[in-house]
Amino acid sequence: MRRRAIPYFLLGPGTAWLLVFFVVPLGYMAKLSLESGFVGSLEFNWHWDNYKEALSEYDTQFVRSFVYAGAATLLCLIIAYPLAYAIAFKAGRWRNLMLFAVVAPFFTTYLIRTIAWKTILADESPVTEFLHAIGLAPGGHVLATSGAVIAGLTYNFLPFMILPIYASLERIDARLIEAGKDLYSSAPQAFARVTLPLSAPGIVAGTLLTFIPAAGDYVNAYFLGGAGNRMIGNVIQSLYLSQADYPSAAALSFVLMALIMIAVVIYIRFAGSEALMGEEAR
Amino acid sequence: MSGESGVSRAWRWLREHAVNIVAGLVVVYLLLPIAIILLFSFNDPAGRYNYTWVGFTLDHWAHAFSRPELNEALLTSLKLAVLATVISTIVGTLMALALVRHNFFGRRAANFLIVIPMATPEVVMGAALLSFFLLIPWFTLGFETLLIAHVMFCISFVVVVVRSRLIGFDRNLEEAAKDLGASSFDTFRLVTLPLIMPGIFGAAMLAFALSIDDFVISNFNSGTTVTFPLYIFGAAQRGIPVEVNVIAMILFSFTVAAMGLATWQQRRAEKLASVRPEQETGVGAGVPAGAAAAT
Repeated sequence: MRRRAIPYFLLGPGTAWLLVFFVVPLGYMAKLSLESGFVGSLEFNWHWDNYKEALSEYDTQFVRSFVYAGAATLLCLIIAYPLAYAIAFKAGRWRNLMLFAVVAPFFTTYLIRTIAWKTILADESPVTEFLHAIGLAPGGHVLATSGAVIAGLTYNFLPFMILPIYASLERIDARLIEAGKDLYSSAPQAFARVTLPLSAPGIVAGTLLTFIPAAGDYVNAYFLGGAGNRMIGNVIQSLYLSQADYPSAAALSFVLMALIMIAVVIYIRFAGSEALMGEEAR
Repeated sequence: MSGESGVSRAWRWLREHAVNIVAGLVVVYLLLPIAIILLFSFNDPAGRYNYTWVGFTLDHWAHAFSRPELNEALLTSLKLAVLATVISTIVGTLMALALVRHNFFGRRAANFLIVIPMATPEVVMGAALLSFFLLIPWFTLGFETLLIAHVMFCISFVVVVVRSRLIGFDRNLEEAAKDLGASSFDTFRLVTLPLIMPGIFGAAMLAFALSIDDFVISNFNSGTTVTFPLYIFGAAQRGIPVEVNVIAMILFSFTVAAMGLATWQQRRAEKLASVRPEQETGVGAGVPAGAAAAT
Protein backbone atom coordinates (compact mmCIF):
# COMPACT_ATOMS: atom_id res chain seq x y z
CA MET A 1 0.00 0.00 0.00
CA ARG A 2 2.78 2.36 1.01
CA ARG A 3 4.85 1.52 -2.06
CA ARG A 4 1.97 2.33 -4.35
CA ALA A 5 1.85 5.85 -3.01
CA ILE A 6 5.54 6.53 -3.75
CA PRO A 7 5.19 7.68 -7.37
CA TYR A 8 2.47 10.12 -6.38
CA PHE A 9 4.70 11.64 -3.71
CA LEU A 10 7.50 11.97 -6.22
CA LEU A 11 5.22 13.50 -8.84
CA GLY A 12 3.30 15.70 -6.43
CA PRO A 13 5.28 18.92 -6.24
CA GLY A 14 6.06 19.16 -9.97
CA THR A 15 2.56 18.25 -11.04
CA ALA A 16 1.09 20.77 -8.63
CA TRP A 17 3.41 23.47 -9.98
CA LEU A 18 2.51 22.73 -13.59
CA LEU A 19 -1.20 22.53 -12.83
CA VAL A 20 -1.35 25.74 -10.82
CA PHE A 21 1.02 27.80 -12.95
CA PHE A 22 0.44 26.40 -16.41
CA VAL A 23 -2.98 24.74 -16.73
CA VAL A 24 -4.95 27.03 -14.40
CA PRO A 25 -3.50 30.21 -16.02
CA LEU A 26 -4.72 28.93 -19.39
CA GLY A 27 -8.16 28.77 -17.80
CA TYR A 28 -7.84 32.31 -16.54
CA MET A 29 -6.75 33.44 -19.97
CA ALA A 30 -9.84 31.73 -21.42
CA LYS A 31 -12.00 33.62 -18.94
CA LEU A 32 -10.25 36.90 -19.72
CA SER A 33 -10.73 36.35 -23.45
CA LEU A 34 -14.51 36.33 -22.92
CA GLU A 35 -14.67 39.50 -20.84
CA SER A 36 -15.45 42.96 -22.04
CA GLY A 37 -14.62 46.44 -20.86
CA PHE A 38 -11.34 48.00 -19.79
CA VAL A 39 -8.87 47.55 -16.96
CA GLY A 40 -10.62 48.12 -13.66
CA SER A 41 -14.06 47.50 -15.07
CA LEU A 42 -13.61 44.15 -16.81
CA GLU A 43 -16.73 42.05 -16.78
CA PHE A 44 -17.21 38.40 -17.65
CA ASN A 45 -20.11 38.14 -20.08
CA TRP A 46 -19.23 35.52 -22.72
CA HIS A 47 -18.05 38.25 -25.04
CA TRP A 48 -17.28 36.08 -28.08
CA ASP A 49 -16.85 39.21 -30.19
CA ASN A 50 -13.25 39.37 -28.90
CA TYR A 51 -12.51 36.32 -31.03
CA LYS A 52 -14.35 37.63 -34.05
CA GLU A 53 -12.54 40.96 -33.84
CA ALA A 54 -9.19 39.31 -33.17
CA LEU A 55 -9.50 37.22 -36.29
CA SER A 56 -10.81 39.91 -38.59
CA GLU A 57 -8.51 42.66 -37.40
CA TYR A 58 -5.27 40.71 -37.20
CA ASP A 59 -5.68 38.09 -39.93
CA THR A 60 -2.70 39.52 -41.85
CA GLN A 61 -0.43 39.09 -38.83
CA PHE A 62 -1.62 35.52 -38.35
CA VAL A 63 -0.98 34.61 -41.97
CA ARG A 64 2.37 36.40 -41.87
CA SER A 65 3.44 34.56 -38.71
CA PHE A 66 2.70 31.19 -40.24
CA VAL A 67 4.33 32.07 -43.56
CA TYR A 68 7.48 33.37 -41.82
CA ALA A 69 7.63 30.40 -39.46
CA GLY A 70 7.06 27.99 -42.34
CA ALA A 71 9.76 29.60 -44.48
CA ALA A 72 12.20 29.65 -41.57
CA THR A 73 11.46 25.98 -40.80
CA LEU A 74 12.07 24.99 -44.41
CA LEU A 75 15.33 26.97 -44.53
CA CYS A 76 16.41 25.42 -41.22
CA LEU A 77 15.79 21.95 -42.63
CA ILE A 78 17.83 22.67 -45.76
CA ILE A 79 20.70 24.15 -43.74
CA ALA A 80 20.57 21.67 -40.86
CA TYR A 81 20.52 18.38 -42.73
CA PRO A 82 23.97 18.56 -44.35
CA LEU A 83 25.55 19.67 -41.06
CA ALA A 84 23.79 16.97 -39.03
CA TYR A 85 24.81 14.43 -41.66
CA ALA A 86 28.42 15.57 -41.61
CA ILE A 87 28.57 15.47 -37.80
CA ALA A 88 27.03 12.00 -37.69
CA PHE A 89 29.00 10.33 -40.48
CA LYS A 90 32.01 12.38 -41.49
CA ALA A 91 33.21 14.48 -38.60
CA GLY A 92 35.41 11.86 -36.89
CA ARG A 93 37.48 13.58 -34.25
CA TRP A 94 35.85 16.92 -35.08
CA ARG A 95 32.48 15.67 -33.91
CA ASN A 96 32.48 17.18 -30.42
CA LEU A 97 33.83 20.48 -31.66
CA MET A 98 31.09 20.70 -34.30
CA LEU A 99 28.42 19.82 -31.76
CA PHE A 100 29.83 22.58 -29.61
CA ALA A 101 29.44 25.02 -32.52
CA VAL A 102 25.79 23.98 -32.82
CA VAL A 103 24.94 24.78 -29.19
CA ALA A 104 27.33 27.73 -28.81
CA PRO A 105 24.71 30.30 -29.90
CA PHE A 106 22.63 29.28 -26.88
CA PHE A 107 25.44 30.44 -24.63
CA THR A 108 24.96 34.03 -25.70
CA THR A 109 21.82 35.91 -24.83
CA TYR A 110 19.00 35.50 -27.36
CA LEU A 111 18.43 39.24 -27.66
CA ILE A 112 22.12 40.04 -28.21
CA ARG A 113 22.39 37.32 -30.84
CA THR A 114 19.44 38.86 -32.66
CA ILE A 115 20.84 42.36 -32.32
CA ALA A 116 24.17 41.08 -33.72
CA TRP A 117 22.26 40.25 -36.91
CA LYS A 118 21.21 43.87 -37.03
CA THR A 119 24.89 44.74 -37.33
CA ILE A 120 25.56 41.96 -39.84
CA LEU A 121 22.63 42.92 -42.06
CA ALA A 122 22.99 46.70 -41.75
CA ASP A 123 23.08 48.73 -44.96
CA GLU A 124 26.55 48.76 -46.53
CA SER A 125 27.76 45.86 -44.39
CA PRO A 126 29.80 43.28 -46.33
CA VAL A 127 27.03 40.70 -46.05
CA THR A 128 24.37 43.10 -47.32
CA GLU A 129 26.60 44.19 -50.19
CA PHE A 130 27.22 40.59 -51.15
CA LEU A 131 23.47 39.88 -51.06
CA HIS A 132 22.89 43.00 -53.11
CA ALA A 133 25.48 41.86 -55.66
CA ILE A 134 23.79 38.47 -56.17
CA GLY A 135 20.39 40.13 -56.38
CA LEU A 136 18.98 39.07 -53.02
CA ALA A 137 18.86 42.53 -51.49
CA PRO A 138 17.07 44.89 -53.86
CA GLY A 139 18.00 48.49 -53.13
CA GLY A 140 20.82 47.36 -50.84
CA HIS A 141 18.56 47.00 -47.82
CA VAL A 142 17.94 43.86 -45.83
CA LEU A 143 16.79 45.19 -42.49
CA ALA A 144 13.09 45.93 -42.05
CA THR A 145 12.12 43.38 -44.71
CA SER A 146 10.45 39.98 -44.48
CA GLY A 147 13.77 38.47 -45.49
CA ALA A 148 15.51 39.86 -42.42
CA VAL A 149 12.86 38.49 -40.05
CA ILE A 150 12.90 35.06 -41.70
CA ALA A 151 16.72 35.09 -41.59
CA GLY A 152 16.65 35.92 -37.89
CA LEU A 153 14.11 33.18 -37.12
CA THR A 154 16.13 30.70 -39.17
CA TYR A 155 19.31 31.51 -37.31
CA ASN A 156 17.81 31.52 -33.83
CA PHE A 157 15.96 28.22 -34.15
CA LEU A 158 18.49 26.33 -36.31
CA PRO A 159 20.00 24.33 -33.40
CA PHE A 160 16.53 22.95 -32.61
CA MET A 161 16.54 21.46 -36.11
CA ILE A 162 20.13 20.23 -36.14
CA LEU A 163 20.14 18.37 -32.83
CA PRO A 164 17.14 16.02 -33.38
CA ILE A 165 18.24 15.24 -36.95
CA TYR A 166 21.74 14.52 -35.72
CA ALA A 167 20.37 12.31 -32.93
CA SER A 168 18.33 10.23 -35.38
CA LEU A 169 21.17 9.97 -37.93
CA GLU A 170 23.64 8.97 -35.26
CA ARG A 171 21.42 6.07 -34.23
CA ILE A 172 21.40 4.57 -37.74
CA ASP A 173 23.26 1.30 -37.97
CA ALA A 174 25.95 1.91 -40.62
CA ARG A 175 25.59 -1.70 -41.71
CA LEU A 176 22.12 -0.93 -43.09
CA ILE A 177 23.61 1.61 -45.48
CA GLU A 178 26.39 -0.86 -46.34
CA ALA A 179 23.78 -3.49 -47.05
CA GLY A 180 22.01 -1.12 -49.40
CA LYS A 181 25.24 -0.53 -51.27
CA ASP A 182 26.05 -4.26 -51.34
CA LEU A 183 22.73 -4.76 -53.04
CA TYR A 184 23.95 -2.48 -55.83
CA SER A 185 22.20 0.72 -54.89
CA SER A 186 24.12 3.86 -55.77
CA ALA A 187 25.12 6.28 -53.03
CA PRO A 188 22.19 8.63 -53.75
CA GLN A 189 19.80 5.66 -53.84
CA ALA A 190 21.10 4.34 -50.54
CA PHE A 191 20.63 7.80 -49.09
CA ALA A 192 17.10 8.22 -50.42
CA ARG A 193 15.88 4.75 -49.46
CA VAL A 194 17.78 4.01 -46.26
CA THR A 195 19.30 7.05 -44.57
CA LEU A 196 16.57 9.59 -45.27
CA PRO A 197 13.61 7.42 -44.11
CA LEU A 198 15.50 6.39 -40.99
CA SER A 199 16.14 10.02 -40.11
CA ALA A 200 12.46 10.95 -40.56
CA PRO A 201 11.68 11.01 -36.81
CA GLY A 202 14.48 13.55 -36.36
CA ILE A 203 13.12 15.67 -39.19
CA VAL A 204 9.61 15.60 -37.73
CA ALA A 205 10.85 16.49 -34.24
CA GLY A 206 13.13 19.22 -35.62
CA THR A 207 10.44 20.86 -37.74
CA LEU A 208 8.06 20.96 -34.74
CA LEU A 209 10.72 22.33 -32.41
CA THR A 210 11.50 25.04 -34.97
CA PHE A 211 8.03 25.89 -36.19
CA ILE A 212 6.23 26.21 -32.85
CA PRO A 213 8.54 28.80 -31.25
CA ALA A 214 9.03 30.61 -34.57
CA ALA A 215 5.28 31.08 -35.10
CA GLY A 216 4.91 32.74 -31.69
CA ASP A 217 8.13 34.74 -31.77
CA TYR A 218 8.17 38.52 -31.63
CA VAL A 219 11.81 39.29 -30.90
CA ASN A 220 13.06 38.85 -34.46
CA ALA A 221 10.27 40.91 -35.97
CA TYR A 222 10.84 43.57 -33.31
CA PHE A 223 14.56 43.98 -33.93
CA LEU A 224 15.00 42.99 -37.57
CA GLY A 225 11.64 43.77 -39.13
CA GLY A 226 9.86 47.00 -39.95
CA ALA A 227 6.32 48.21 -39.40
CA GLY A 228 5.13 45.94 -42.20
CA ASN A 229 6.65 42.80 -40.72
CA ARG A 230 4.86 42.59 -37.38
CA MET A 231 3.97 39.05 -36.40
CA ILE A 232 1.10 37.93 -34.20
CA GLY A 233 3.47 37.71 -31.23
CA ASN A 234 4.17 41.43 -31.57
CA VAL A 235 0.45 42.17 -31.53
CA ILE A 236 -0.16 40.05 -28.44
CA GLN A 237 2.80 41.63 -26.68
CA SER A 238 1.75 45.18 -27.38
CA LEU A 239 -1.93 44.58 -26.59
CA TYR A 240 -0.98 43.06 -23.24
CA LEU A 241 1.91 45.28 -22.25
CA SER A 242 1.34 48.68 -23.85
CA GLN A 243 -2.35 48.98 -24.65
CA ALA A 244 -3.65 46.90 -21.71
CA ASP A 245 -6.36 45.49 -23.97
CA TYR A 246 -6.34 42.19 -22.12
CA PRO A 247 -9.47 40.52 -23.51
CA SER A 248 -8.41 40.92 -27.15
CA ALA A 249 -4.85 39.84 -26.34
CA ALA A 250 -6.11 36.77 -24.50
CA ALA A 251 -8.39 35.85 -27.40
CA LEU A 252 -5.49 36.24 -29.86
CA SER A 253 -3.27 34.02 -27.68
CA PHE A 254 -5.91 31.32 -27.72
CA VAL A 255 -6.39 31.51 -31.45
CA LEU A 256 -2.61 31.29 -31.91
CA MET A 257 -2.38 28.25 -29.67
CA ALA A 258 -5.32 26.57 -31.39
CA LEU A 259 -3.93 27.23 -34.87
CA ILE A 260 -0.53 25.85 -33.89
CA MET A 261 -2.16 22.76 -32.36
CA ILE A 262 -4.17 22.19 -35.53
CA ALA A 263 -1.08 22.63 -37.70
CA VAL A 264 0.87 20.20 -35.51
CA VAL A 265 -1.87 17.57 -35.52
CA ILE A 266 -2.26 17.76 -39.30
CA TYR A 267 1.49 17.60 -39.73
CA ILE A 268 1.89 14.58 -37.47
CA ARG A 269 -0.95 12.80 -39.26
CA PHE A 270 0.66 13.65 -42.56
CA ALA A 271 4.15 12.67 -41.46
CA GLY A 272 2.62 9.60 -39.81
CA SER A 273 5.29 9.53 -37.19
CA GLU A 274 4.52 7.21 -34.34
CA ALA A 275 8.18 7.32 -33.48
CA LEU A 276 8.03 10.87 -32.18
CA MET A 277 4.97 10.78 -29.99
CA GLY A 278 5.40 7.11 -29.20
CA GLU A 279 8.62 7.77 -27.41
CA GLU A 280 7.32 10.76 -25.52
CA ALA A 281 4.14 9.12 -24.31
CA ARG A 282 5.67 5.78 -23.49
CA MET B 1 43.66 15.96 -72.03
CA SER B 2 45.51 16.30 -68.77
CA GLY B 3 43.66 19.56 -68.17
CA GLU B 4 40.36 17.83 -68.55
CA SER B 5 41.29 15.12 -66.09
CA GLY B 6 42.41 17.86 -63.71
CA VAL B 7 39.02 19.48 -63.98
CA SER B 8 37.22 16.20 -63.53
CA ARG B 9 39.46 15.37 -60.60
CA ALA B 10 38.63 18.72 -58.99
CA TRP B 11 34.96 18.07 -59.71
CA ARG B 12 35.19 14.68 -58.08
CA TRP B 13 36.95 16.08 -55.04
CA LEU B 14 34.26 18.74 -54.77
CA ARG B 15 31.50 16.14 -55.00
CA GLU B 16 33.11 13.91 -52.40
CA HIS B 17 33.58 16.74 -49.98
CA ALA B 18 30.42 18.70 -50.76
CA VAL B 19 28.74 17.73 -47.49
CA ASN B 20 31.79 18.73 -45.47
CA ILE B 21 32.09 22.06 -47.28
CA VAL B 22 28.44 22.89 -46.69
CA ALA B 23 28.77 21.77 -43.06
CA GLY B 24 31.80 24.02 -42.62
CA LEU B 25 29.87 26.99 -44.01
CA VAL B 26 26.97 26.28 -41.64
CA VAL B 27 29.39 26.21 -38.70
CA VAL B 28 30.73 29.60 -39.77
CA TYR B 29 27.15 30.86 -40.02
CA LEU B 30 26.36 29.59 -36.51
CA LEU B 31 29.40 31.25 -35.01
CA LEU B 32 29.30 34.52 -36.97
CA PRO B 33 27.04 36.47 -34.57
CA ILE B 34 29.15 35.35 -31.61
CA ALA B 35 32.25 36.66 -33.37
CA ILE B 36 30.40 39.94 -34.01
CA ILE B 37 29.39 40.21 -30.33
CA LEU B 38 33.02 39.63 -29.31
CA LEU B 39 34.36 42.08 -31.89
CA PHE B 40 31.91 44.80 -30.89
CA SER B 41 32.81 44.38 -27.22
CA PHE B 42 36.09 46.07 -28.24
CA ASN B 43 34.33 48.79 -30.21
CA ASP B 44 34.58 52.46 -29.35
CA PRO B 45 31.29 53.71 -30.78
CA ALA B 46 30.95 57.33 -31.77
CA GLY B 47 27.38 57.81 -30.58
CA ARG B 48 25.06 55.80 -28.37
CA TYR B 49 24.55 53.02 -30.88
CA ASN B 50 26.97 50.14 -31.06
CA TYR B 51 26.02 48.97 -34.57
CA THR B 52 28.94 50.16 -36.69
CA TRP B 53 32.63 49.63 -36.15
CA VAL B 54 34.51 52.78 -35.14
CA GLY B 55 37.73 51.87 -33.37
CA PHE B 56 39.41 49.43 -31.03
CA THR B 57 39.41 49.99 -27.26
CA LEU B 58 39.83 47.89 -24.13
CA ASP B 59 37.97 50.47 -22.01
CA HIS B 60 34.73 48.56 -21.81
CA TRP B 61 36.46 45.37 -20.72
CA ALA B 62 38.36 47.32 -18.07
CA HIS B 63 35.14 48.90 -16.81
CA ALA B 64 32.74 46.03 -17.49
CA PHE B 65 30.80 46.62 -14.28
CA SER B 66 30.65 50.41 -14.39
CA ARG B 67 26.91 50.63 -15.01
CA PRO B 68 24.89 50.23 -11.81
CA GLU B 69 21.58 49.53 -13.58
CA LEU B 70 23.17 46.84 -15.71
CA ASN B 71 24.89 45.28 -12.69
CA GLU B 72 21.65 45.21 -10.80
CA ALA B 73 19.84 43.56 -13.71
CA LEU B 74 22.61 40.99 -14.00
CA LEU B 75 22.47 40.25 -10.29
CA THR B 76 18.69 39.83 -10.44
CA SER B 77 19.08 37.43 -13.37
CA LEU B 78 21.72 35.38 -11.55
CA LYS B 79 19.67 35.19 -8.36
CA LEU B 80 16.58 34.24 -10.32
CA ALA B 81 18.42 31.62 -12.38
CA VAL B 82 20.03 30.00 -9.33
CA LEU B 83 16.73 29.75 -7.44
CA ALA B 84 14.77 28.57 -10.50
CA THR B 85 17.47 25.99 -11.22
CA VAL B 86 17.52 24.59 -7.69
CA ILE B 87 13.74 24.31 -7.42
CA SER B 88 13.10 22.98 -10.92
CA THR B 89 15.97 20.48 -10.72
CA ILE B 90 14.75 18.96 -7.46
CA VAL B 91 11.10 18.88 -8.48
CA GLY B 92 11.88 17.66 -12.02
CA THR B 93 14.25 14.92 -10.88
CA LEU B 94 11.60 13.53 -8.53
CA MET B 95 9.11 13.51 -11.41
CA ALA B 96 11.57 11.74 -13.70
CA LEU B 97 12.20 9.09 -11.03
CA ALA B 98 8.47 8.48 -10.69
CA LEU B 99 7.95 8.25 -14.45
CA VAL B 100 10.80 5.86 -15.17
CA ARG B 101 10.82 3.72 -12.05
CA HIS B 102 7.14 3.28 -11.33
CA ASN B 103 4.07 2.11 -13.12
CA PHE B 104 1.01 3.86 -11.82
CA PHE B 105 -2.39 5.11 -12.75
CA GLY B 106 -2.17 8.50 -14.47
CA ARG B 107 1.31 8.05 -15.91
CA ARG B 108 0.25 8.97 -19.43
CA ALA B 109 -1.51 12.07 -18.16
CA ALA B 110 1.63 13.07 -16.25
CA ASN B 111 3.73 12.59 -19.38
CA PHE B 112 1.30 14.71 -21.34
CA LEU B 113 1.40 17.46 -18.71
CA ILE B 114 5.19 17.56 -19.05
CA VAL B 115 5.27 17.65 -22.86
CA ILE B 116 2.59 20.31 -23.33
CA PRO B 117 4.52 23.33 -21.94
CA MET B 118 7.39 22.52 -24.30
CA ALA B 119 4.98 22.54 -27.24
CA THR B 120 3.40 25.86 -26.28
CA PRO B 121 4.77 29.09 -27.74
CA GLU B 122 6.42 31.20 -25.07
CA VAL B 123 4.21 34.17 -25.83
CA VAL B 124 1.13 32.11 -24.96
CA MET B 125 2.69 30.88 -21.71
CA GLY B 126 3.69 34.40 -20.77
CA ALA B 127 0.25 35.78 -21.62
CA ALA B 128 -1.57 33.04 -19.70
CA LEU B 129 0.52 33.58 -16.58
CA LEU B 130 0.01 37.32 -16.79
CA SER B 131 -3.77 36.83 -17.07
CA PHE B 132 -3.59 34.61 -13.99
CA PHE B 133 -1.53 37.10 -11.99
CA LEU B 134 -3.79 39.96 -13.05
CA LEU B 135 -6.97 38.23 -11.95
CA ILE B 136 -5.64 36.74 -8.68
CA PRO B 137 -5.13 39.46 -6.13
CA TRP B 138 -2.42 37.65 -4.08
CA PHE B 139 0.32 38.25 -6.60
CA THR B 140 2.13 41.45 -7.37
CA LEU B 141 4.28 41.30 -10.48
CA GLY B 142 7.97 41.21 -9.63
CA PHE B 143 10.71 38.82 -8.56
CA GLU B 144 8.29 36.24 -7.13
CA THR B 145 6.15 36.02 -10.23
CA LEU B 146 9.31 35.75 -12.34
CA LEU B 147 10.53 32.89 -10.17
CA ILE B 148 7.19 31.08 -10.45
CA ALA B 149 7.27 31.47 -14.23
CA HIS B 150 10.88 30.38 -14.62
CA VAL B 151 10.45 27.25 -12.48
CA MET B 152 7.33 26.44 -14.50
CA PHE B 153 9.05 26.42 -17.89
CA CYS B 154 12.23 24.73 -16.60
CA ILE B 155 10.53 21.70 -15.02
CA SER B 156 9.67 19.94 -18.30
CA PHE B 157 13.20 20.24 -19.62
CA VAL B 158 14.69 18.90 -16.38
CA VAL B 159 12.34 15.90 -16.50
CA VAL B 160 13.24 15.10 -20.10
CA VAL B 161 17.01 15.28 -19.49
CA VAL B 162 17.02 13.29 -16.23
CA ARG B 163 14.60 10.73 -17.66
CA SER B 164 16.86 10.01 -20.64
CA ARG B 165 19.67 9.33 -18.18
CA LEU B 166 17.49 7.03 -16.07
CA ILE B 167 16.29 5.02 -19.05
CA GLY B 168 19.84 3.93 -19.87
CA PHE B 169 20.47 2.98 -16.25
CA ASP B 170 21.69 -0.52 -15.39
CA ARG B 171 19.38 -1.65 -12.58
CA ASN B 172 21.69 -4.60 -11.80
CA LEU B 173 23.96 -2.15 -10.01
CA GLU B 174 21.18 -1.40 -7.54
CA GLU B 175 20.35 -5.08 -7.15
CA ALA B 176 23.99 -5.74 -6.33
CA ALA B 177 24.01 -3.07 -3.64
CA LYS B 178 20.86 -4.50 -2.09
CA ASP B 179 22.27 -8.03 -2.22
CA LEU B 180 25.25 -6.72 -0.31
CA GLY B 181 22.92 -5.50 2.44
CA ALA B 182 22.40 -1.84 1.60
CA SER B 183 19.04 -0.33 2.56
CA SER B 184 16.84 1.25 -0.12
CA PHE B 185 17.88 4.69 0.98
CA ASP B 186 21.59 3.85 1.06
CA THR B 187 21.30 2.25 -2.37
CA PHE B 188 19.75 5.42 -3.70
CA ARG B 189 22.28 7.66 -2.00
CA LEU B 190 25.43 5.64 -2.76
CA VAL B 191 24.62 4.00 -6.11
CA THR B 192 21.70 5.58 -7.95
CA LEU B 193 22.36 9.23 -7.21
CA PRO B 194 26.08 9.25 -8.15
CA LEU B 195 25.29 7.47 -11.41
CA ILE B 196 22.48 9.80 -12.49
CA MET B 197 24.35 12.85 -11.18
CA PRO B 198 25.67 13.83 -14.64
CA GLY B 199 22.09 13.80 -15.90
CA ILE B 200 20.95 15.96 -13.01
CA PHE B 201 23.91 18.27 -13.48
CA GLY B 202 23.17 18.55 -17.20
CA ALA B 203 19.52 19.25 -16.46
CA ALA B 204 20.47 21.92 -13.93
CA MET B 205 22.75 23.57 -16.48
CA LEU B 206 20.00 23.58 -19.06
CA ALA B 207 17.55 25.06 -16.55
CA PHE B 208 20.07 27.75 -15.62
CA ALA B 209 20.71 28.60 -19.27
CA LEU B 210 16.98 28.73 -20.05
CA SER B 211 16.27 30.93 -17.05
CA ILE B 212 19.09 33.42 -17.45
CA ASP B 213 18.33 33.83 -21.16
CA ASP B 214 14.56 34.03 -20.92
CA PHE B 215 13.08 37.14 -22.39
CA VAL B 216 9.53 36.54 -23.61
CA ILE B 217 7.93 35.08 -20.47
CA SER B 218 9.84 37.54 -18.27
CA ASN B 219 8.71 40.40 -20.46
CA PHE B 220 5.12 39.58 -19.53
CA ASN B 221 5.56 38.83 -15.83
CA SER B 222 8.30 41.09 -14.51
CA GLY B 223 6.37 44.14 -13.33
CA THR B 224 9.11 46.67 -12.65
CA THR B 225 11.82 44.08 -11.93
CA VAL B 226 14.58 44.16 -14.54
CA THR B 227 16.58 41.09 -15.58
CA PHE B 228 19.58 41.07 -17.90
CA PRO B 229 17.57 40.35 -21.09
CA LEU B 230 14.92 42.88 -20.03
CA TYR B 231 17.64 45.48 -19.51
CA ILE B 232 18.90 44.85 -23.05
CA PHE B 233 15.39 45.17 -24.43
CA GLY B 234 14.84 48.44 -22.61
CA ALA B 235 18.25 49.78 -23.58
CA ALA B 236 17.82 48.88 -27.26
CA GLN B 237 15.92 52.08 -28.02
CA ARG B 238 18.37 54.46 -26.40
CA GLY B 239 21.42 52.47 -27.51
CA ILE B 240 22.88 49.38 -25.90
CA PRO B 241 26.05 50.10 -23.93
CA VAL B 242 29.15 48.21 -25.04
CA GLU B 243 29.41 46.72 -21.54
CA VAL B 244 26.45 44.49 -22.47
CA ASN B 245 28.63 42.79 -25.08
CA VAL B 246 31.45 42.41 -22.56
CA ILE B 247 29.14 40.81 -20.00
CA ALA B 248 27.60 38.60 -22.68
CA MET B 249 31.06 37.31 -23.55
CA ILE B 250 31.92 36.76 -19.87
CA LEU B 251 28.70 34.74 -19.45
CA PHE B 252 29.57 32.87 -22.64
CA SER B 253 32.99 31.87 -21.27
CA PHE B 254 31.51 30.69 -18.00
CA THR B 255 28.90 28.60 -19.79
CA VAL B 256 31.54 27.03 -22.02
CA ALA B 257 33.62 26.17 -18.95
CA ALA B 258 30.59 24.69 -17.16
CA MET B 259 29.77 22.65 -20.24
CA GLY B 260 33.33 21.36 -20.41
CA LEU B 261 33.04 20.34 -16.77
CA ALA B 262 29.72 18.58 -17.41
CA THR B 263 31.14 16.63 -20.36
CA TRP B 264 34.12 15.59 -18.26
CA GLN B 265 31.90 14.49 -15.41
CA GLN B 266 29.67 12.53 -17.76
CA ARG B 267 32.64 10.65 -19.23
CA ARG B 268 33.86 9.83 -15.74
CA ALA B 269 30.46 8.49 -14.75
CA GLU B 270 30.28 6.43 -17.93
CA LYS B 271 33.67 4.95 -17.11
CA LEU B 272 32.53 4.19 -13.57
CA ALA B 273 29.42 2.45 -14.80
CA SER B 274 31.13 0.49 -17.56
CA VAL B 275 34.16 -0.75 -15.67
CA ARG B 276 32.37 -3.75 -14.18
CA PRO B 277 31.32 -5.77 -17.22
CA GLU B 278 34.67 -5.13 -18.89
CA GLN B 279 36.55 -6.54 -15.94
CA GLU B 280 34.20 -9.48 -15.83
CA THR B 281 34.83 -10.49 -19.41
CA GLY B 282 38.50 -9.65 -19.04
CA VAL B 283 38.98 -11.92 -16.05
CA GLY B 284 36.62 -14.55 -17.36
CA ALA B 285 38.47 -14.86 -20.65
CA GLY B 286 41.80 -15.02 -18.90
CA VAL B 287 42.90 -11.65 -20.30
CA PRO B 288 44.57 -9.32 -17.79
CA ALA B 289 42.02 -6.83 -16.54
CA GLY B 290 44.30 -3.92 -17.44
CA ALA B 291 44.35 -4.95 -21.10
CA ALA B 292 40.58 -5.15 -21.18
CA ALA B 293 40.23 -1.75 -19.56
CA ALA B 294 42.62 -0.26 -22.09
CA THR B 295 40.44 -1.21 -25.04
